[in-house]
Amino acid sequence: MAAASKIAVRGLKKSFGRKIVLDGIDLDVGERESLVVIGGSGSGKSVLVKCILGLIEPDGGSIAVGGREAIGIPSREREKLMQKFGMLFQGSALFDSLSVWENVAFGLIQGRGTERARAKEIALQKLGAVGLGPEVGELRPSELSGGMQKRVALARAIAAEPEIIIFDEPTTGLDPIMADVINDLIVKCVRELGATAISITHDMVSAHKIADRIAMIYKGRIIWAGRKEEIDRSGNPYVDQFIHGRAEGPIKMEVRAL
Amino acid sequence: MLDFLARVGRVFLSFLAAAGRLALFALRALSHCLRPPFYLRLVGRQMIDIGYYSLPVVGLTALFTGVVLALQTNTGFSRFSAEGAVATVVVLSVTRELGPVIASLMVAGRIGAAMAAEIGTMRVTDQIDALSTLSTNPFKYLVVPRLVAGTIAVPALVLVADIIGVFGGFLVATYKLGFNPAGYLGQTADYLRSDDVISGLIKAAVFGFIIALMGCYHGYHSRGGAEGVGTATTYAVVSASILILLFDSALTSVLF
Repeated sequence: MAAASKIAVRGLKKSFGRKIVLDGIDLDVGERESLVVIGGSGSGKSVLVKCILGLIEPDGGSIAVGGREAIGIPSREREKLMQKFGMLFQGSALFDSLSVWENVAFGLIQGRGTERARAKEIALQKLGAVGLGPEVGELRPSELSGGMQKRVALARAIAAEPEIIIFDEPTTGLDPIMADVINDLIVKCVRELGATAISITHDMVSAHKIADRIAMIYKGRIIWAGRKEEIDRSGNPYVDQFIHGRAEGPIKMEVRAL
Repeated sequence: MLDFLARVGRVFLSFLAAAGRLALFALRALSHCLRPPFYLRLVGRQMIDIGYYSLPVVGLTALFTGVVLALQTNTGFSRFSAEGAVATVVVLSVTRELGPVIASLMVAGRIGAAMAAEIGTMRVTDQIDALSTLSTNPFKYLVVPRLVAGTIAVPALVLVADIIGVFGGFLVATYKLGFNPAGYLGQTADYLRSDDVISGLIKAAVFGFIIALMGCYHGYHSRGGAEGVGTATTYAVVSASILILLFDSALTSVLF
């Protein structure tokens, strides 16, 4: 467990109808630490980060950000709290109606009231930091490839230099080389900003590259957490099965006969 | 029998729940209309989308409405030699009823669908969540500008539709039915009162709010990818059209 928790999650519960998605999650993320949450599809990873971001209201438990409770706060305070966060969505979630630079500068202009010209300057600088030239700034997101969209989304996530950055499946759908480029950029950006990072992924190459610590979620609970070097000798059969990608093991997939 | 009653009860309860959700959505939107920040630039852009870009379709509809109205009124009234009232019937029908209702139905098809599709796509591609993570209230950024623009732009559009509709009646009356142009215009002006126009514009403002509300509500709550967005678009147009006709009856009985 981290010495000083930037984010502390305790007993977090969330159900959708009868389906229990989070069943009492306990998790700590230390200041400037990079935590990767791994787990299979539908294990509750995305719901966990959406709860941390306040996009989904949990049924129970607590989430403290910088020592302050983040659940149930008024919307004004929530908007203020969100200024500490940057988020890279799985599908990039770029705004189609805006140009690339406007996407990157969005949080600065709308969230922080930065003047447009200054925000554009910062946006182009951040685009440069993720390897995209200023000419890309004038394009629309639909004119970019998947890898470029991911990089723009990364530039948007770091544009306001947030204290905490969340990466949701940052390498899903990318070819191995582009995935590695994104991993390198994530490591570089998090290090340069001195940010705390939470990434969720089922890509173990990505997890090894960007994590300081790894936690595994299974059936709505954290079943293992430790330093990334320790994961290969976790002694947990669920973790072993997952990191080696074996069909045989305690994690069963319900498959019916053809 | 009990099964049937239970089914009816369930439908009624789900209708009440949906009405409650819509009312809460509308109240939340109205409360955000009064609190800063105000995205005036977005309101302006929406007004251009709703008002300016709907002008061709609404103008054309209004023109043909005026033409048909003049022809049909003339056919009916000529049976008891009351052709002199054609101009009055055209101007009152257009300003009080047909202008607001027909223009709003056209806008519901064009704009309500576009709003639901745009916001629905934003919902299913996480763009609305992205707004929240960028310290921007999606309600203020997406819903409020559309509601304000709808409430202002549709009356402006209806005013233009009124003029074009009356002009359509004038054209057919003078060129086809043989009315004296000066006499037709004189009769139009003599019997038209300002409250005829104003009551139509009040209706148009309510209809504009309804169109934007239904577009935003169904788009905001769309789920499940492309199919969900398609369903939201259909619901937005159908529910706005029904509510326009419903509120038209209610407002007509209140205003006259």
